[in-house]
Amino acid sequence: MCPQSENNILFMKSSIGRKILMALSGFFLMFFLAQHFTINFLSVLSEESFNSVSHFMGTNPLIQYALQPVLLFAVIFHLSMGIYLEIKNKAARGAVKYAMNKPGTNAPWVSRNMVYTGIAILLFLGLHFYDFWIPELVTKYVEGDMTGMHAGSFRYYEELVAKFQDPVRVGIYCLAFIFLALHLLHGFQSSFQSVGFNSNRYTPGLKKFGNFFAIVIPLGFIFIALFHYVSHLN
Amino acid sequence: MSENMKLTLKVWRQKDAKSQGKLETYQLDKISEHMSFLEMLDVLNEQLINTGEEPVAFDHDCREGICGMCSLYINGEAHGPDRGVTTCQLHMRMFKDGDTIYIEPFRSKAFPVIKDLVVDRGSFDRIQHAGGFVSVNTSGNTIDANTIPIPKEDADNAFDAATCIGCGACVATCKNSSAMLFVSAKVAQFSLLPQGKIEAKDRVLNMVHQMDLEGFGNCTNTGACEVECPKGISLENIAIMNKEYFKASTKA
Repeated sequence: MCPQSENNILFMKSSIGRKILMALSGFFLMFFLAQHFTINFLSVLSEESFNSVSHFMGTNPLIQYALQPVLLFAVIFHLSMGIYLEIKNKAARGAVKYAMNKPGTNAPWVSRNMVYTGIAILLFLGLHFYDFWIPELVTKYVEGDMTGMHAGSFRYYEELVAKFQDPVRVGIYCLAFIFLALHLLHGFQSSFQSVGFNSNRYTPGLKKFGNFFAIVIPLGFIFIALFHYVSHLN
Repeated sequence: MSENMKLTLKVWRQKDAKSQGKLETYQLDKISEHMSFLEMLDVLNEQLINTGEEPVAFDHDCREGICGMCSLYINGEAHGPDRGVTTCQLHMRMFKDGDTIYIEPFRSKAFPVIKDLVVDRGSFDRIQHAGGFVSVNTSGNTIDANTIPIPKEDADNAFDAATCIGCGACVATCKNSSAMLFVSAKVAQFSLLPQGKIEAKDRVLNMVHQMDLEGFGNCTNTGACEVECPKGISLENIAIMNKEYFKASTKA
């Protein structure tokens, strides 16, 4: 029998261990997405509450110094492990490809193209970080301005609205959320299977909820982007 | 009813493991829709022998869908277009007169081609040897079956898992060439029963380790294996294996 530490290393290196880690990071990212959506949706309902929640999230030490690094790690891990596994999986297929293959007859498109929808989301994240996350870090940690204020009032709502005035950017955001929806359509239910949860009783309902989550959250983000774009049209 | 189908076959021909193979085209006629796919290949081989050509090598044994020997990737699907059947139970009525049929070996890095359509599935045997058994003596000292009560649901699930014939369709069809449906069926079959629980931890660790060593890919839950499996082995087994593996890795 293996000693425990050896088991842990084997776990990380094993196909199943990696798949469980992909699922766990996926769970975390989906949880993050749900809270991100909830806060953003506040911007549609009330400028004031959006500002105060944003300020809390942006300055609370637990969120900034504990959860944010975990999030960053989860994003990097999920992406790099996903791409790494895809490369390994391609290699496992062997050098000679099928001359005739009909993958569509037995597996949905979304499940077979996770790496591509994932990379599309990665590209979007680049823009998204450039738009919001990096300026936020610069303001807070480089310039040292933790007040969240600009010209006498909270800056968060204004910054959000300002980004959604450019139709090209709004278009890119909407497109990215479509890729996110495609990714989640497989990812949500797949995560549960990966951590070993599959039951006749709960899995059908879970899959339905997963589809709901995968469509409603991205659609909601699209709605928010369009809302701010349309409501500020001259 | 057609007793006289004309077919164009595109068959993978490869002299041996080291040679490069290619698709060869053959014309067949007078194929009855009642023939099994393997009988159709027998007709092709007769024709090849009569014209002095080398017959096509393909795996087959029981020809009644239970041994797991026959394979073949037919028109882009493992065991062909029918569901829940092996190639020997696939019938020519699934095709139409004038069809072109692609016949390729099961492809995977872990299933190297030996000749033509025959692949080496020894990797599956090595995974089995790594833990797909119980060490409890089950012969010569048989005790009453009801001595150890087993929940009906567990017994049914174990039985369903045990119907895996190890044909390798799951690997052939998986975009990642993952063997997890096969391995999970073997793991679940034993882990659900008291006799198998004794070695459950070592079994799952050793079988998964061997599976990874053989070079199979990683499961991404596309579910293609379950659809193509001639025995309808459920994805639920993979979830069971994941759970078993997690338990075995985290418990001392």
